[in-house]
Amino acid sequence: MTTESTAEVKTTRARKPPSMQRTRGDVPFAIVNYGGFLLMALLCAYPFYYLIINSISANDASALGDVRLFPQGFHLSNYQQILGLDGLTSAAIVSVARTIIGTVCTVLASAFLGFMFTQERMWARSLWYRLMIFTMYFSAGLIPMYITMKTLGLTNSFWVYIIPVIVQPFNIILVKTYVESMPRSLQEAAEIDGASTFRIFFRIILPNMTPILATVAIFTAVAQWNSFQDTLLFITDQKLYSLQYLLYTYTNQASSLAQAAQNAQGNLGSIVSAATSQTPTSIRMTVAVLVVLPIIFIYPLFQKYFVKGIMLGAVKG
Amino acid sequence: MSLTQGTSTSTRAAAVVAPGELRADPDKRGRARESRRQVKSTKSSKTMFLLILPFLILVFLFSYLPLAGWVTSFYDYRPALGMSGSEFVGLQWFEMLVSSPTQLRQIGQVLTNTLAMSFLGFATSLLPVFFAMLLNEIRAPWFRNSVQTLTTLPNFISWVLVYMIAFSLFSTTGLVNSVLHDWGIITAPIKFLDTDQHVWLTMLLWSLWKGLGWGAILYLAAITAIDPALYESARIDGAGRFQIMRYITFPQLMPTYVVLLVLSIANMLNNGMEQFYVFQNAFNKEYIQVLDLYVYNIGITGNSLSMATAIGMLKSLISVLLLVAANAVAKRARGTSII
Repeated sequence: MTTESTAEVKTTRARKPPSMQRTRGDVPFAIVNYGGFLLMALLCAYPFYYLIINSISANDASALGDVRLFPQGFHLSNYQQILGLDGLTSAAIVSVARTIIGTVCTVLASAFLGFMFTQERMWARSLWYRLMIFTMYFSAGLIPMYITMKTLGLTNSFWVYIIPVIVQPFNIILVKTYVESMPRSLQEAAEIDGASTFRIFFRIILPNMTPILATVAIFTAVAQWNSFQDTLLFITDQKLYSLQYLLYTYTNQASSLAQAAQNAQGNLGSIVSAATSQTPTSIRMTVAVLVVLPIIFIYPLFQKYFVKGIMLGAVKG
Repeated sequence: MSLTQGTSTSTRAAAVVAPGELRADPDKRGRARESRRQVKSTKSSKTMFLLILPFLILVFLFSYLPLAGWVTSFYDYRPALGMSGSEFVGLQWFEMLVSSPTQLRQIGQVLTNTLAMSFLGFATSLLPVFFAMLLNEIRAPWFRNSVQTLTTLPNFISWVLVYMIAFSLFSTTGLVNSVLHDWGIITAPIKFLDTDQHVWLTMLLWSLWKGLGWGAILYLAAITAIDPALYESARIDGAGRFQIMRYITFPQLMPTYVVLLVLSIANMLNNGMEQFYVFQNAFNKEYIQVLDLYVYNIGITGNSLSMATAIGMLKSLISVLLLVAANAVAKRARGTSII
């Protein structure tokens, strides 16, 4: 039997549950098992559904916790009105910008470094590699980090979201392992033709590592979008707040917030009904939906990359 | 780095589960090729180094330079005066940690919280294994995939959003209180969030809600890698479903499980601060303050920068020692190191 056909047999078998034999206890077990997982899936999904239906329901009903299964008194004015909230637009721009710029920088740096660390003729390569990997296992701590950022002039700067996280050892390990699995002949042919390191990287290596870069990109983008602690530690300028941080401040100052929203919508019309006027609950939920929607949309589409990421991690050296 | 703390701690944990035979040894292959390469000039080897130098500088600036900040713990550091203007106080902060009874009691409570959260984590660390084993018994692929998608989703939202969800569902005007009231079970709303009762348990449940499905993915993958011949022979021997799970699947998952457990033991002082920061309030503060949060609270909020650095430094040093010890244990047990 060839190696290929053995692998084939393994994958088709592996897809089946290990115990295909029907036994007497099968039906009750299946009911309990399906039921249990259905319950767990609901526990995970319902909170998201709850936020969404409440953000489009009558605000007086949702403030009382009365909107439970279906939207009541459908309206979209919450979404119109929060656009007038102080700082929301700038926070959205900051979050989108840091996600895009941060992901591009981290992905390119991971790709380049992952490739460079496979080049054995680099001077003292393994020393640099080890110095970089070692940083995964310790941290100087919160205060020294804060002092460092302050010394480098990165506090209250947009770049604190980008520069400190450009070099991610874990991503570099993933890319390096991937490049090592690529056929050597690719690179050697180009070397014989006298191509420079840069040329080899951009023309030959980079186009051939899309799958691993997709994995790195998706993890980085989610981490950037979700990041909250860096704003908390290094940013006091409201113009640089991220959406996550803004959402957090909303939980703590919600009533004054509702007042601000009332003022903002004052010029929209003279009649403000209880169903559409902003409450702390409606504001929180609407902003929460805005923050979570990108994740809900991209996650199912890219799930295979996430799973691939954790699998690749498991095989790393 | 704060950015990596969310999603990639779990993937980083995954980085160490490599069974020894899967490890490629690039250096060995490299050495063989080295001789062919010796004709290449050292000039190009230095050029390559120069190309990665900017990135090495970043590593130095953001990972090694901050270590110099540890000296703050020997000074009475005041940001306004800078390092040179602050007074050198020697071991004053370390002495204060153990000399004042109030301080000692506080640190004791913080350590108790930290270890309690970690031990609750260890105690529930088998749940993802069971989750994966049971999900693997589901036959309908669409159902299995949907469950997997929905249960891993919470792993990809931030703790701020988890708190928002907790607030929407469990605040005094939230869904749960409203439902309980309508059903006549309660008359006055229950304070689920603003309370000092069951803080550890609540925190554990939220981290399970967020992480259980994702934690199971690794084991689901490991199950597909189990040799089918094992199942076949077990079935020929007449083993039933549960016997197969008990005697084949479970033992086969143990190596992965043990590595992850050892790694989490090495990390037992590092609970992270984000979860506890967003959930903390005046009521639960005593039981929710874990070390990471405590360092933040006294350092940034309370402005005792030097004291916070001293605690953070001790924590980092102990963590590295724990990791080295865990690595040594793993090395002895399986022959390969985990880091």
